[in-house]
Amino acid sequence: MEPLNALVSVSNFMLIPALAYGSQLALGALGITLIFSILRFAHFAHGDTMALGTVAVIGGTWFLQAQGISIAPLPTALLAIPFGILVLGLYLLAADRLVYRYYRRVKAKPMIFVMASLGVMFVTNGITRLFLGVGETRFEDGQRFIFTVREFREFTGLAEGLALRSAQAITIVTALVVMVVLFWFLNRTRAGKSMRAYSDNEDLALLSGINPERVVFITWVITAILLVLAGTLYGLDKGFRPFNYFQLLLPMFAAAILGGLGSPLGAIVGAYVVAFAEMGITFAWRRVFSYLAPDGFEPTTMMQLLPVDYKFAVTFAILVIVLLFRPTGIFKGKVL
Amino acid sequence: MAEPFLIGEAMTGGYGGADILHDCTIAVEKGQIAVIVGPNGAGKSTAMKAVFGMLKLRQGSVRLNGEEISALTPQARVAKGMGFVPQTNNIFPSMTVEENLEMGAFIRRDEIRGTMEQIYELFPILRDKRWQAAGELSGGQRQQVAVGRALMTQPTVLMLDEPTAGVSPIVMDELFDRIIEIARTGISILMVEQNARQALEIADKGYVLVQGANRYTDTGAALLNDPDVRKSFLGG
Amino acid sequence: MSLTARDLGLFAIMFAVLALVATFQSPQLAVTILNMSLISAIMALGVNMQWGYAGLFNVGIMGFTAVGGLAVVLIAQPPVPEAWAAGGLGVLLGLMLGVATILAAVLVYKRMAPGKLRGLSIFAVLVLGYVITSRVFGPATQAVQAVNPASEGYLGGAGLPVILAWPVGAVFAAGVAWLVGKVSLGLRSDYLAIATLGISEIVIAVLKHERWLARGVNNVTGIERPVVRPVDLQPLPWVQSLAETMGWSVSQAASVVSGLGYSALFLIVLAILIWLAERALNSPWGRMMRAIRDNEVSARAMGKDVTRRHLMIFVLGSAVCGLAGAMMVSMDGQLTPGSYEPLRFTFLIWVMVIVGGSGNNWGSVLGAFVIWFLWVQVEPAGRWLMEMLTSGMSLESELRRHLLDSAAYMRLLTMGLALLLMLRFAPRGLIPER
Repeated sequence: MEPLNALVSVSNFMLIPALAYGSQLALGALGITLIFSILRFAHFAHGDTMALGTVAVIGGTWFLQAQGISIAPLPTALLAIPFGILVLGLYLLAADRLVYRYYRRVKAKPMIFVMASLGVMFVTNGITRLFLGVGETRFEDGQRFIFTVREFREFTGLAEGLALRSAQAITIVTALVVMVVLFWFLNRTRAGKSMRAYSDNEDLALLSGINPERVVFITWVITAILLVLAGTLYGLDKGFRPFNYFQLLLPMFAAAILGGLGSPLGAIVGAYVVAFAEMGITFAWRRVFSYLAPDGFEPTTMMQLLPVDYKFAVTFAILVIVLLFRPTGIFKGKVL
Repeated sequence: MAEPFLIGEAMTGGYGGADILHDCTIAVEKGQIAVIVGPNGAGKSTAMKAVFGMLKLRQGSVRLNGEEISALTPQARVAKGMGFVPQTNNIFPSMTVEENLEMGAFIRRDEIRGTMEQIYELFPILRDKRWQAAGELSGGQRQQVAVGRALMTQPTVLMLDEPTAGVSPIVMDELFDRIIEIARTGISILMVEQNARQALEIADKGYVLVQGANRYTDTGAALLNDPDVRKSFLGG
Repeated sequence: MSLTARDLGLFAIMFAVLALVATFQSPQLAVTILNMSLISAIMALGVNMQWGYAGLFNVGIMGFTAVGGLAVVLIAQPPVPEAWAAGGLGVLLGLMLGVATILAAVLVYKRMAPGKLRGLSIFAVLVLGYVITSRVFGPATQAVQAVNPASEGYLGGAGLPVILAWPVGAVFAAGVAWLVGKVSLGLRSDYLAIATLGISEIVIAVLKHERWLARGVNNVTGIERPVVRPVDLQPLPWVQSLAETMGWSVSQAASVVSGLGYSALFLIVLAILIWLAERALNSPWGRMMRAIRDNEVSARAMGKDVTRRHLMIFVLGSAVCGLAGAMMVSMDGQLTPGSYEPLRFTFLIWVMVIVGGSGNNWGSVLGAFVIWFLWVQVEPAGRWLMEMLTSGMSLESELRRHLLDSAAYMRLLTMGLALLLMLRFAPRGLIPER
């Protein structure tokens, strides 16, 4: 029985990666929930716009690297994030101006918005691939580890090692900061409150003199920030591949719906639930349990509940179970 | 006779198709209470919405303090000093009471604490519940939030669309008391009411509408004493 | 229900364009486009039933077509006796145990009073069931996959004629759709979207991972074809004389003839489906469906069981997608789970439906033709455009190579623009609903 080694092992292979993945999902899911509560449609272009924002960051990173600018030990990409936000913000605002605004004006049904976002998805998808193709791009530089497995082992003297990658640490810290700032913005500032008011009761917000176009503008800007951060952090952590970003659509939506569409807190909780479930159920627990089991009872199988290929099945199963018992999601789907 | 503070004169119009209002006139004097009553489908709410600009008029005009405002949007009328409390969906349910009031004052750029304080004086219960989400309050308290929200712009006219719909009689009396208090501060009140008798009791002026046209117009007391009005509209 | 002169004109233009392709590009290409257009038309028809008749937003078309494709393998491929001997019974038993576990959990849920004890019991049933199932299922699949893994390693199919697989594919897809619909219909409309998106990813994951079933990412190739293969046509005298009169090579003529054989089969299926769909649309049932779509609340108030109707149409539409999926696999002669991508198999079909005109069956067919044509032709056109644009640059230029390589992605852009422009300026599509 070596519970400490078990804990270290499970942290190294599951808890820390899941925490990082959940943070990335949470940033994306927050965007989905914001768009849903202000513009009132399911934004299918979410994954692809996230990819586009990341492309801008990668471009900026390359430019900075070519200039010899670096903020080592931190990855150069962090310095390029403002540029990415600028590019993606302009892109989303242009998409709003060219596509969505018309449907707002004619008060189109939500499904028409969804169709339009499919169109934007295709276009964005094409643009992303025009720049970087379909292959994997790695743009992480600087110090890769805060501490490595070996350093940890030497320091603690345990058999199991624990590594903390810079990308993971940066992700978790950034996500925390962003969430705090976002909640502060929504609950404490005039603009944030006007967004909540608009999402709560559109007609009354109009009567109160809140300008809907301004609310929509702020929403897209915040979405751009969230998407660029989520995309960059995900890319630093796991590398950039456009198709993976597209596929994040499912877990991001699952997180937002799970938490209750329209509830920012729900989106965050939902994201971590999805991340931990995906990782936990597709994780091979053998090593962990071999430390916990009494001598002679060590597990002989991998103790993996489902193969990694089925991580979407896990997301989906949780979603179905929650919706069956609580159709409005964990946080009652209260609007914003 | 001097022109009333707010007047919608000879209004004719409807929502696209057939006219709902026919040459209908509604007015309220400074600091007075005017009440619109009438049977269901008489166009009471429509008349009020026409005054507030939520309905396109084919004929007639709306003037506030002598100024022609017929062409203005509802939002612009709010800026001119008109406050409006819709009949339903008149609060921001997930926001706290205090945030509801803040949103009411959204167009104001000056200090709003004073106004908020006045509203808490008027509706003390709101002060106790200021950190609670408005959607969690009782029906009567929600109406107070709705009225308070509309008062946050410091309007000169407050328009209420059936403020007592769905609240208990005790709460209704209390709300009417508050409305009288508001009028005493110099704010003109224009109100549509289903509970005609109680409303006319506090009204300086009453309008009885039938099929989108003025049927009887007089002081509240006079209408209450008019045998025809009593028989047809007040149940004897 | 019939087509106007304008609609016929649009179809005529489409076929004229295909004739141009045959003349100026190659006849094989024209036939390939025609065949994929016909299959896409059937998929679009299925989606149009769901969206156009009932307003159901299905973004899991990929999953339903893939399930239909699986049917082809399971029906037409010869069985692998060694694999069956090695673990066939174990696999079947394992599957049954899995189903039994879920049924037992549902039974416990229904029979026991709500509370902690019920939750614990369900959990216990699931854990126990999982352990037993995986004990049986795991070794059995291992054994199956170990049988001649280079070319088999799966249980094989029933060895029946491949045409039989088409209706079976429809039934498979219908079964999956029934499960999805049962869970997610009746909830909010966006939930069906996310549920279908999820199930389609799961179907593909199962196809890729469960190698005992259809060899997973190793692909099943060389599936029996319902039409004579070009190789067998080449020696025939009439094919050779056809080649001579048209000025084609013999192999060209053979593949055109073989392709047209598929076209004939697909046309028959499409014609039957359109006939049925049009009849249904104009029957009292179809009017009721549209009434429900246009005003669900009042339809509910009139006592219609909206959720049940939706389930029915959802199952029907998905079955049509499954049928198309089976047809596609039998035309390709192979099942390649790795090639199923949502952009191609789900969202592209949506573009077809919207561009064609949602709610109109003929519109979906035309939309499928137009969009598939663009999908195939935009890439060479994009390459040509890029070559024009970059002709001034040096051959070794990095930028030029990059731009030329990127030409493939022009088609995504084009699809998006087509969808956006149609939605904005002709939201009712090429052939609007009547």
